[in-house]
Amino acid sequence: MSAPVITANLLTKKYKEVAAVDGISFEVAPGESFGLLGPNGAGKSTTMRMVGAVSTRTSGDLSILGLDPNDHGPEVRSQLGVVPQQDNLDMELRVRDNLIVYGRYFGIPNKTAGKKADELLEFAQLSDRAKAKVDDLSGGMKRRLTIARSLMNEPRILLLDEPTTGLDPQARHILWDRLFRLKEQGTTLVLTTHYMDEAEQLCDRLVVVDKGTIMAEGAPAALIRQYSTREVVEVRFGSDRNAEVAERIRGIGERIEVLPDRILIYSENGEAELQKITEMGLEPITSLVRRSSLEDVFLRLTGRSLIE
Amino acid sequence: MTAPTTFAPTRPVQRRSTSLLGSLYAGNARSVMHRGLLATKSTNWLVVMSGFFEPIFYLLSMGIGLGALVGTVETSTGAHVPYAAFIAPALLAVAAMNGAIYDSTWNVFFKMQYAKLYEGMLSTSLGPLDVALGEISLALLRGALYAGGFLIVMQVLGLNLAWTALLALPAVLLIAFGFASLGMAITSYMKTFQQMDWINFVMLPMFLFSATFYPLTVYPEPIQWVIQVLPLWHGVELVRGLTTGALSVAMLGHVLYYVVMIAVGLVFTTKRLRALFLD
Repeated sequence: MSAPVITANLLTKKYKEVAAVDGISFEVAPGESFGLLGPNGAGKSTTMRMVGAVSTRTSGDLSILGLDPNDHGPEVRSQLGVVPQQDNLDMELRVRDNLIVYGRYFGIPNKTAGKKADELLEFAQLSDRAKAKVDDLSGGMKRRLTIARSLMNEPRILLLDEPTTGLDPQARHILWDRLFRLKEQGTTLVLTTHYMDEAEQLCDRLVVVDKGTIMAEGAPAALIRQYSTREVVEVRFGSDRNAEVAERIRGIGERIEVLPDRILIYSENGEAELQKITEMGLEPITSLVRRSSLEDVFLRLTGRSLIE
Repeated sequence: MTAPTTFAPTRPVQRRSTSLLGSLYAGNARSVMHRGLLATKSTNWLVVMSGFFEPIFYLLSMGIGLGALVGTVETSTGAHVPYAAFIAPALLAVAAMNGAIYDSTWNVFFKMQYAKLYEGMLSTSLGPLDVALGEISLALLRGALYAGGFLIVMQVLGLNLAWTALLALPAVLLIAFGFASLGMAITSYMKTFQQMDWINFVMLPMFLFSATFYPLTVYPEPIQWVIQVLPLWHGVELVRGLTTGALSVAMLGHVLYYVVMIAVGLVFTTKRLRALFLD
């Protein structure tokens, strides 16, 4: 395997005495799609800022493409594409100019930047909006423009912080498709998300982060196998009855989690467990048998759900 | 459709010399300036033009109108000049100051607090000194534009009394650079609109009292000292010496004042941008 493009060792960031990132270590291989999965406030964005060479670490080691971002900020940043959590497009410039001007920040000559901009507008499916004002774009379009912008300097690593948060399902799928193309083509992607479906679709490997530390690491499918069962039964008996029913059905499945609004029963065969419940004379208001997801992994690891 | 080529695994990472400026400066301030010009062109060139006329109105009303009553005034070097020719160089310095201050205070404040513009710039290979220099140059350019126009108006009205008035052009560039640099430095520390109002609170009295409309000697000595500490007085004296042709060694001191002002502004702006966006 070729040398990692990112190596973090006991990476720590403290604000005053509070550790936002508390000694995390990971490596990202070239061409890999690597995810940081965790709830809001887990330290994902702070990690991304350190990797993006816009935040200096408190302690630990960090190497991006063989360089220490503390000492080589501009050089490291010249190799990165950054899609921040909140779009910071230039509202005073039109769509195409946003790309050209951004390219020039990297020292790309005007003419080259113009060609690249047209290419990327097509990739982002925004060619017909080249002259539009940024304000007139939809949320999904703005996001695609931000991604196009991040590719202007032909980055070796693309950092995406919560790329689809706040988008409607259709816009998310369009965006995923674009990111998937980049991945297929060999771009190294590092993304944070609190959506498990996003992590499952896009990440070859991920770390589950909570409270500034890494709880688990692996490929999505491997993590699910390791920390959860094949299937999950979700039953709802109404918020005042869930806890009481949970007591009565203890023993069904391999493990039971009681959430305020539903009971989760982990099992290799969900339908069979659901049948046992109905045979006990219990009638759930709703019931659902599904495959285990990263959400279940997170619940198992932290006792909390991802989206709170 | 295929994705464009974005991946270049074999491309070597360029290492610049690890000098002191290495992480602060990428030598690409012009891209920041280019952005500013493009944004001004597409959105607010009308606003830019409006600021140009303010000192001209002052010149016409006070210089021509009031000047008829005042007659001549004695400058700091002892020369007697018509009132309009006395205030015109001061208003020229003010034109440079205003242009520089508009861009480097309110516009910078907005870009910093609301548009998140610098955050975006600093996630590229630009360093904080590139951003500071680019934005300050833009403000300087606006100051120079106002002052250049004003200098032409002065020439047309016959208020340039000596050939050294030509040197007023580099002088106003220096003044605009000084105000742009210090203005951006101060703005970068401001967090609220209320704090921004303090800038206006300083600017107006400085404009009125910096020997703009009458000689400094009308004040008691302690007040003269206060005025001489503030930047505008140095600009007024410098430009007035050049347009009236009354040169003195003290003018070198005024130049030095602005050189220091530029340096201090650049250092603090760069430090502040780094603290805010590259913590």
